[in-house]
Amino acid sequence: MSPRAACRLERLGFEKVYDYVAGIADWKASGLPTEGTAAAVQRVADATRPDMPTSTPTEQLGDVRSRTRDAGWDECIVIDCDGLVVGRLRNQAWEAEDDTTVENVMEPGPTTVRPDGILQPLVDRMTKRGTTLVIVTTPQGGLIGVLLREDAERLLTGEPPEQVWLDCEGCPGRWTVKP
Amino acid sequence: MVTAIDRSELLRLIENEEAQVVDVLPEREYTEAHIPNAISIPLRQLTSNTVSPLSRDKPVVVY
Repeated sequence: MSPRAACRLERLGFEKVYDYVAGIADWKASGLPTEGTAAAVQRVADATRPDMPTSTPTEQLGDVRSRTRDAGWDECIVIDCDGLVVGRLRNQAWEAEDDTTVENVMEPGPTTVRPDGILQPLVDRMTKRGTTLVIVTTPQGGLIGVLLREDAERLLTGEPPEQVWLDCEGCPGRWTVKP
Repeated sequence: MVTAIDRSELLRLIENEEAQVVDVLPEREYTEAHIPNAISIPLRQLTSNTVSPLSRDKPVVVY
């Protein structure tokens, strides 16, 4: 539909016409805010926090363990140089030797969810499976943050965690759970 | 000539060139969800009259 609209605008005399081909679906999937009646539905992005520790696959486990614990977390998300999620460190992975390379003990290809997903069904699934944390990414796999079930449950019961405005270079920014 | 753009280019145009974003989907879909500050001109209503509020000096992005 948008290519036809773009052509029509050109015929109407507009010279700088662009077509955002991926459209609103792509915009929502990246976690960017929308306006409209659907914006009232609570989404995964509403309870996503960006402050979890990260590491690269080539770091030594000892360094990552210290950084993760100092930040008050017991999990760490592994991302590559493009910011794509490639693994997750938790549980037994921490028991390896300090000089172990992260990629040798991480869980590769962890499950992720999109920020525009509706929150309630996800929390229901997490509760059923006993999951406390899920990783939130763009459709391309870029890390956005993590969703803690505890945060999501508070949001859904009307006791939302404190939120802060998250600036975003080159994009409009959005509200997110306070780190 | 129309230029196809991705999300990062759209964000750049909004931020740096005051691009005008036009939602050409049916009005019902616009009412449900649209990009902030986008204006609604459904494809079937795209005429010289309905586009008159748009500036010809600034980029226009349709989706």
